[in-house]
Amino acid sequence: MSGATTLFDKLWQAHVVRSLGENLDLLHVDRHLIHDLSGARALTELQERGLAVRNPELCMAMPDHSVSSQPGRTLASSPFGERLGGGLRKMAEAAGIPFFGLEHPNQGIVHVVGPETGFTLPGSLLVCGDSHTSTHGALGALAWGIGSSEVVHVLATQTVRQRRPQSMRITINGELGEGVEAKDVILHIIGQLGVAAGTGHAVEYAGTTIAALGIEARMTICNLSIEFGARMGMIAPDQTTFEYLQGRPLAPKGAAWDRAVEYWRGLRSDDGAVFDREVTFAAAEIAPQVTWGTSPGQTLAVTGSIPTPDSFVEAEQRNNTEVALEYMGLSGGQSIAGTRIDRVFIGSCTNSRLSDLRRAARVAQGRNVASHVTAWVVPGSVQVKQAAEAEGLDEIFLAAGFEWREPGCAQCVATNGETVAPGERCVSTSNRNFVGRQGPKARTHLAGPAMAAAAAIAGEITDVRSFPPLGEAQ
Amino acid sequence: MEKLQLLQGVAAPLPRANIDTDIITPAKRLLDANRETMHEHTFEPLRFLADGSENPDFILNKPGYRDAVILITGRNFGCGSSRETAVWGLLGLGIRCVIAESFGDIFFNNCFQNSVLPIRLPAETIAELLAEAGDDQGNMQFQVDVASRTLTTPSGRSITFDLTADRQTALLEGLDEVGQTLKEDAATTAFQAQDRTARPWIYDLGTVD
Repeated sequence: MSGATTLFDKLWQAHVVRSLGENLDLLHVDRHLIHDLSGARALTELQERGLAVRNPELCMAMPDHSVSSQPGRTLASSPFGERLGGGLRKMAEAAGIPFFGLEHPNQGIVHVVGPETGFTLPGSLLVCGDSHTSTHGALGALAWGIGSSEVVHVLATQTVRQRRPQSMRITINGELGEGVEAKDVILHIIGQLGVAAGTGHAVEYAGTTIAALGIEARMTICNLSIEFGARMGMIAPDQTTFEYLQGRPLAPKGAAWDRAVEYWRGLRSDDGAVFDREVTFAAAEIAPQVTWGTSPGQTLAVTGSIPTPDSFVEAEQRNNTEVALEYMGLSGGQSIAGTRIDRVFIGSCTNSRLSDLRRAARVAQGRNVASHVTAWVVPGSVQVKQAAEAEGLDEIFLAAGFEWREPGCAQCVATNGETVAPGERCVSTSNRNFVGRQGPKARTHLAGPAMAAAAAIAGEITDVRSFPPLGEAQ
Repeated sequence: MEKLQLLQGVAAPLPRANIDTDIITPAKRLLDANRETMHEHTFEPLRFLADGSENPDFILNKPGYRDAVILITGRNFGCGSSRETAVWGLLGLGIRCVIAESFGDIFFNNCFQNSVLPIRLPAETIAELLAEAGDDQGNMQFQVDVASRTLTTPSGRSITFDLTADRQTALLEGLDEVGQTLKEDAATTAFQAQDRTARPWIYDLGTVD
């Protein structure tokens, strides 16, 4: 092997506590995010086993999955808010873990709050009992989702046992076309590669398109890594990363900051580093995307037509298409544009950050949500909500007829009771269009925030490029 | 953790790709999650009809397959959400082994935390196993021997599967990872002491206030 190593190699190697043989390492966990869906139970299990949280200062806990997004909400506003959110507070506080409850100015979705507080840092190894933990790789962290038994393991030992995955680099070069955003890039990639292409791989995103993206857009890309099977997605930290982090409350300060940046600058794949798999895309080929089926790989350009089962050679794919079309209430061969919708959800750990809301607001400003559509905007955190309100985005959304709600996972996973009704069709900026994801028989079309806002106004799936800004929103 | 050494029984064929953990455990069932009752909802969208009654077409509702201990299924089984309730549910239904061409990585890992054995086999082999499991209304007995890493089919065919030595030992002896890692705690302490000088910013977090 040459001396050239990948970003992934460097991140992995820096965390090996001990080799356990057979490609298996015991790795140090620098950062552990804990949420309400599994947090209280894991902490209770630890207590029952007579074990303590080894490093509570390296953890951060908050309720996001089970809490209501209703304005004026309390834990009692959702069916399981008090039990799960309240339970997490009790257990986290007893263990000395920093906890951000509903009243706290830093509450939000774990994958929004980690980066925005500076808890997530380049070169850190971060885990959370949630598959979208890959989001944090956007800052150059080695981050992945773990199961609930592993959550208990991390709490007790501050380590994780992990087999070294293979490496994969996805390079995207060139300038994105008008109306094309990070969500379209990653949906396009998943559509092209298929939903299992990343299984067993740690993915690095690179290329001029990625380098030109802001950190929040990079988070959208890394967030969806798991939707093509990759537990970890990452982007080498650069000047954009350092500028994003500097001054955030938990980021290093003063001399420690300078030292950290010097270390972080070394976190990149060396020239000549070899990956187990390499794939390249051209940004110019990517159009605004929307999914038509029940898997994130079932995506197409908004200008395209829904595939017919017959268009696939493989019997399995023909069958998958047929089943998906039936569930979605669509016919193969139709244009996806013009599909009438009932709901729009702008939010989730994929697309609920300030830049996402700005893009949606730019489309919404001076227009009105179609009368038959219920459209929600759910900021990803209290910090995002306050920043959006400071620049008047809430007023733009409210004037257009959107609901402006409180931070949490909300309708992405609907564990707070905020479901899409059976048979209803929802354009959602979230990450999964699985059967029943937003509620039993709910029909989900994934898209980016601007596309979702355009759909809310048109009352149907539509090309955002025919919605030029009418106002002065940033 | 419970030991898994020798498994013998019926294998249920579920030839469908990309069965995600939202299908195995719908989100609304996570809230009440407990290990003992999770199986009541496992595969809910496939297993039950809209009125809550059993879907007679779903394999685990068919006579002969209700007591299956092995599931043979399509590629990318268990993709999606990290929810370990998916494994608890399978376990509650009595499934101790899942055989597929590929699995979601997190699900695959979660299986080993719960003494469930996921076996990866090539697509052609899966197709043959599905056919064999579908014969004779499910009265055919499969056998999985963890010690010899061998799957034996009702027709007497013997198939060796991959299983790393550490996972094999953990299954055979019912070893728990937390207990094992706690024995390494001195190594973690040493790592942190050294790392603190190299990367002090990891350990010296401020507060958000």
